[in-house]
Amino acid sequence: MNLTLKIWRQAGPQAKGEMVTYPVSDISEDMSFLEMLDVLNEQLNARGEEPIAFDSDCREGICGMCGLMISGKAHGPEVTTTCQLHMRSFSDGDEITIEPWRADAFPVIKDLVVDRSSFDRIIQAGGFISANTGSAPEAHSVPVPKPKADRAFMAAACIGCGACVAACPNASGMLFMGAKITHLGELPQGQPERDARVVSMVSQHDHEGFGGCTNVGACSSACPKEIPLDVINQLNKDLRGALMRGE
Amino acid sequence: MTDTQTASTVAPEAPAPAREAAPGVVHGLYTEGEPIADTKAPKGPIEARWNKRKFDAALVNPANRRKLTVIIVGTGLAGGAAAATLGEAGYNVKSFCYQDSPRRAHSIAAQGGINAAKNYKEDGDSTFRLFYDTVKGGDYRSRESNVYRLAEVSANIIDQCVAQGVPFAREYGGLLDNRSFGGVQVSRTFYARGQTGQQLLIGAYQALERQVAAGTVEMFSRHEMLEVVVADGKARGIIARDLVTGEIETHLADAVVLASGGYGNVFFLSTNAMGSNVTATWRAHRKGAHFANPCYTQIHPTCIPVAGEHQSKLTLMSESLRNDGRIWVPKNAADCEKDPREIPEEDRDYYLERIYPSFGNLVPRDIASRQAKNVCDEGRGVGPKVGDFRRGVYLDFTDALKRMSAEAVAEKYGNLLDMYQRITGENPYEVPMRIYPAVHYTMGGLWVDYDLQSSIPGLFVSGEANFSDHGANRLGASALMQGLADGYFVLPNTIRDYLAKGPFPKLEESNEAVVEARASVDARVQKLLSINGDRSVDSFHKELGNIMWEYCGMERSEEGLLKAIDLIRGLRDEFWRNVKVLGSADTLNQSLEKAGRVADFLELGELMCIDALHRRESCGGHFRAESQTEDGEALRHDDEYAYVAAWEWGGQDGAPILHKEDLVYEFVEMKQRSYK
Repeated sequence: MNLTLKIWRQAGPQAKGEMVTYPVSDISEDMSFLEMLDVLNEQLNARGEEPIAFDSDCREGICGMCGLMISGKAHGPEVTTTCQLHMRSFSDGDEITIEPWRADAFPVIKDLVVDRSSFDRIIQAGGFISANTGSAPEAHSVPVPKPKADRAFMAAACIGCGACVAACPNASGMLFMGAKITHLGELPQGQPERDARVVSMVSQHDHEGFGGCTNVGACSSACPKEIPLDVINQLNKDLRGALMRGE
Repeated sequence: MTDTQTASTVAPEAPAPAREAAPGVVHGLYTEGEPIADTKAPKGPIEARWNKRKFDAALVNPANRRKLTVIIVGTGLAGGAAAATLGEAGYNVKSFCYQDSPRRAHSIAAQGGINAAKNYKEDGDSTFRLFYDTVKGGDYRSRESNVYRLAEVSANIIDQCVAQGVPFAREYGGLLDNRSFGGVQVSRTFYARGQTGQQLLIGAYQALERQVAAGTVEMFSRHEMLEVVVADGKARGIIARDLVTGEIETHLADAVVLASGGYGNVFFLSTNAMGSNVTATWRAHRKGAHFANPCYTQIHPTCIPVAGEHQSKLTLMSESLRNDGRIWVPKNAADCEKDPREIPEEDRDYYLERIYPSFGNLVPRDIASRQAKNVCDEGRGVGPKVGDFRRGVYLDFTDALKRMSAEAVAEKYGNLLDMYQRITGENPYEVPMRIYPAVHYTMGGLWVDYDLQSSIPGLFVSGEANFSDHGANRLGASALMQGLADGYFVLPNTIRDYLAKGPFPKLEESNEAVVEARASVDARVQKLLSINGDRSVDSFHKELGNIMWEYCGMERSEEGLLKAIDLIRGLRDEFWRNVKVLGSADTLNQSLEKAGRVADFLELGELMCIDALHRRESCGGHFRAESQTEDGEALRHDDEYAYVAAWEWGGQDGAPILHKEDLVYEFVEMKQRSYK
């Protein structure tokens, strides 16, 4: 198939960016979206133009490194990561716009590459259980009811890609944060730090410049791991409880 | 938990009559140096060795720890766990990864599970049995002391991960569930659906970020190590490039740990991440660290086949699919283009069930892979043609769907079948899936002693980056076990014996060793940018991958390997004359990053071929056409090759030097594997 791509080019963090049009031809429907960009980059390289910078690593939908805004949708038209999107989701003659995640808390580094270290700092603020190596009790000493274990797993499936932020009109990181709060809050091991965790993470989230949640739900719709919106309810509930308890 | 099973000692075989000199020596491809040996593992009963080593290893006073700096390269299970643990202990840790966050390391992609000798199923498992299975699975080419220790600490890993909140699968009573895996006869694999690696890595990542917040670990994301600093014979730091600004930075320390993963991407197409590379370990090799058993690579049988020239990576599907799927190809090459549903039962060849009636579709990975290659070489492969051959075999769930119902199949394998459909556009509930083997894991790596210290003092290597635990073939669910064993429990206990000698005298940036390392990195970056030839980095990488896959892949022969060495030398020469890397050194430049990695793969590839050439036996994942039984099975030569091949860098224009470490089996008897 033949396509017209409109791609955000930006030379560096301070540079002014612009959309640039690139026609591509003979694209196979079996290619992944990123392989299609690989093909374009090879062509650019051959004619002496610098290839387009974009992030990807595992290319099997689990590392969370890739993430593009494709014709206005985070990760494109399917519920999956950009690397797992295939060209059979498009038709001959399509015009596709490709942009980086847009959020104050995710500044552009170059072209389609953004800085998501704000997510790491939210985890540093409390997204963990303090258990030094070697201090752990026997694994079977604390049974975990299966429904709680399953819900913890569901929330822990978050890959930290940032699609939720990119999709949100407020650029909120509440789904990402809610997933971690839910994962650790469902487990008995997560209880001792539960109140402190939510207060500290929310404070860091706001400090990073993420917006608040206004229950739009675009985050959950865009999430490649289908993290449900109710993790944000859990977050709010935990926060309210923690503040009432004077945390 | 310790097992008191008595050890059986191997009677040494009568020495075989000397064969003619090894072909590598004849062809001048390598020379042989002094033998080497591990000097750190204590002697005595195998179950007492690790405790003895932990006791004998010197301690570092808590107040002195913050004066000691440790650099750790890589943030996967081995590196992330070590950084977190050393940070908790109070050392001053600097952690590096090339990704934008430590959470993205490729350990994250492991699917199936992690082994541990908990014996929760009371099915006869024990530390000794896990040790035994791992040694046998590795085709008797691993070191007994190391493997026993791995089995010994496996149970602690599960405790640690549960305490961190890793959401393992549980039963209705709230206790942990196990499944069986990879052909062993006990259920010892802990799992979190098909995302075990992700969950374990997030556990290690969170522990790491906790230490970043505590100030014990300084994190350097989007940084790539390009050189190791060796001063006065000791590893004292690294030279790294900030991938965002392009700045070349010097980081000095008292010890350096490489936990930078495997080198499967030398084949271009593999199940590794796009950025997985050999640069950290290869640069260390060039500075004096021996590279052990580079030819031991694992080819995984159940991957989605190559779809075309554009392919950038291969995707694995868990081998658990072989529990219920049946593997076949048409009996007649003429049927290969037909719709598989129209090929009648009598015209199908369920070749694994035919050749291995007792193990059937569940033979080990190396055997399943090689037989798939054989039937495709015969012209009976299915799917699109790649070159002159169709490279695919059917993995058919039709019988399982009849036996179990579609719902039951979906419950068990739904996420894998969905992934298959997303990638291929075919519905596996209606049409048999197509699979083909792909490069998955590398058992070889930098040589280390029992303390995980390489042949450069102060340079430690953990996880897939070292060679130590899997011999010539790794069993399923053992990579996660090794990564976390090394990171949480082994390295933090052994490195203190070295650090107790520190802090070492402060190294100035003006030190000759630092200046030399920086200058060589600068020169290489400038060289890559200045060639401005005609060919892209990817085109060289693909060509190298094709050579490696063709001649150093699932089957190797003397003739093919010699040809490959010639081809690689020619390609490397062309690379340094004709590669085209655009952009500049002082910004994010992904072409430049790739170019440096491919340059190192071009050197590693030759060493892999030399190693494969010199090892004139078949063992585990290394299959030499010249060394097979009458039935076409791998044939080891324990009399000649029961050793680790540790290669010393011979200089830019010199030949590598082979050092042999004899493998002595005191507790497990060496046998020929049979799965018929």
